[in-house]
Amino acid sequence: MADTKTVAPKEGPLTRFWNWLTETQAWTSIFRHDRPNTDRNRVLVVLSNVFLHLHPVRLRKSGVRLRYTWCMGGLSFFLFLSLTLTGLLLMFYYRPTLEYAYSDIVGLREHVPLGIMREMHRWGAHAMVITVWLHMFRVFMTGSYKPPREFNWSVGVVMLVLTLLLSFTGYLLPWDQLAIWAITVGSNMARATPFLGYEGPGASLMTLGGVPLVHAGDDARFALLGGTFVGEGALLRFYVLHCVGLPLAIAVLMAVHFWRVRKDGGISGPL
Amino acid sequence: MGLAWGAFSAASAAALAATGRFMFPNVLNEPPQQFKAGFPNEYGMGVDERWKEKFGVWLIRTPEDVDLKVSGFYALITVCTHLGCTPNFLSAENKFKCPCHGSGFRTSGINFEGPAPRPLERARIVLADDGQILVDRSRKFQRELAQWTDPEAFLKA
Repeated sequence: MADTKTVAPKEGPLTRFWNWLTETQAWTSIFRHDRPNTDRNRVLVVLSNVFLHLHPVRLRKSGVRLRYTWCMGGLSFFLFLSLTLTGLLLMFYYRPTLEYAYSDIVGLREHVPLGIMREMHRWGAHAMVITVWLHMFRVFMTGSYKPPREFNWSVGVVMLVLTLLLSFTGYLLPWDQLAIWAITVGSNMARATPFLGYEGPGASLMTLGGVPLVHAGDDARFALLGGTFVGEGALLRFYVLHCVGLPLAIAVLMAVHFWRVRKDGGISGPL
Repeated sequence: MGLAWGAFSAASAAALAATGRFMFPNVLNEPPQQFKAGFPNEYGMGVDERWKEKFGVWLIRTPEDVDLKVSGFYALITVCTHLGCTPNFLSAENKFKCPCHGSGFRTSGINFEGPAPRPLERARIVLADDGQILVDRSRKFQRELAQWTDPEAFLKA
């Protein structure tokens, strides 16, 4: 019988520090699983972490194949996160009033170090519209909208609309000629809302005892602009919608969307 | 792999540094620290409040300074030495009274009531080349440090 030789595992100072750190009370109060040395513990690492648990513990091979997913959904989410961060930083300098809006935008280019924070927000916004479209195109072409995923497709359609509305509301905020006239043209469409726009079909039917109920001062366009033309009210409304209202709505729908992807059998695989 | 992580870490660190730097703008929309306050003969005796709103100083003309015992001008900075509020000038009582915690100051700037621990600070005051009074708020003179006798803390006239 040959002599057996046992070799102790290498224990450098980093390993010893790591072993000490992961046994402190602070560490174990945050991470409540043992070291990921078994399958079960590796699952617990994911399941007991609020950020990691958004990801499935296991996924099918097609889910990580770039040629299959294009990663457009992930990129849309990534762009949303970076837009949230850059948008938050822009809010430190931008004031949504007639007096300051435009000069603050100029200041974000001229008075602030590097001067590209606004450009990153703008490019990111354009990129997000593109990735959302491509994501929908991919989902369509792979048939991933079919039952049981038709509800998630509908959630996605609503999020597409919210993405476009975020772009639309953000468009006004620079308060230059392009912005004002673009929103003037865009919001004129709301005049033609059926029944609720004063030039829309059916608006003439909305009368009570001969008094028109829908007119320029109370129709859908007025609700959007907070006035009868693109002015102070519109700027503030678009700002609040752009920075708070629409992001909140799309964040809630994203939570539903991702959760639903998991419940419907993981991403993009053929069913 | 090491190169990729290194590049990723460097890019992340640069982005973080740039973001931190973003919070410190290169241009401030604040009034300048230094301004010309007109000619001495444009002022009567007593406390003048015309520069309080914009530059944060009271310009005072006195027949006899509390320390130097001569006539002239001094500029008091309108920041209470208790916790930094802006006091009001009460002309009827001829004193500065802070609305926050009730500190009171004589027109000389010396504290006499309330929690303020020391007199108001004076700003640098000199005559400019064109004969106008020049007030410079960036240089401050404190009485408890015996700085009010500095030649630039008081403009003899």
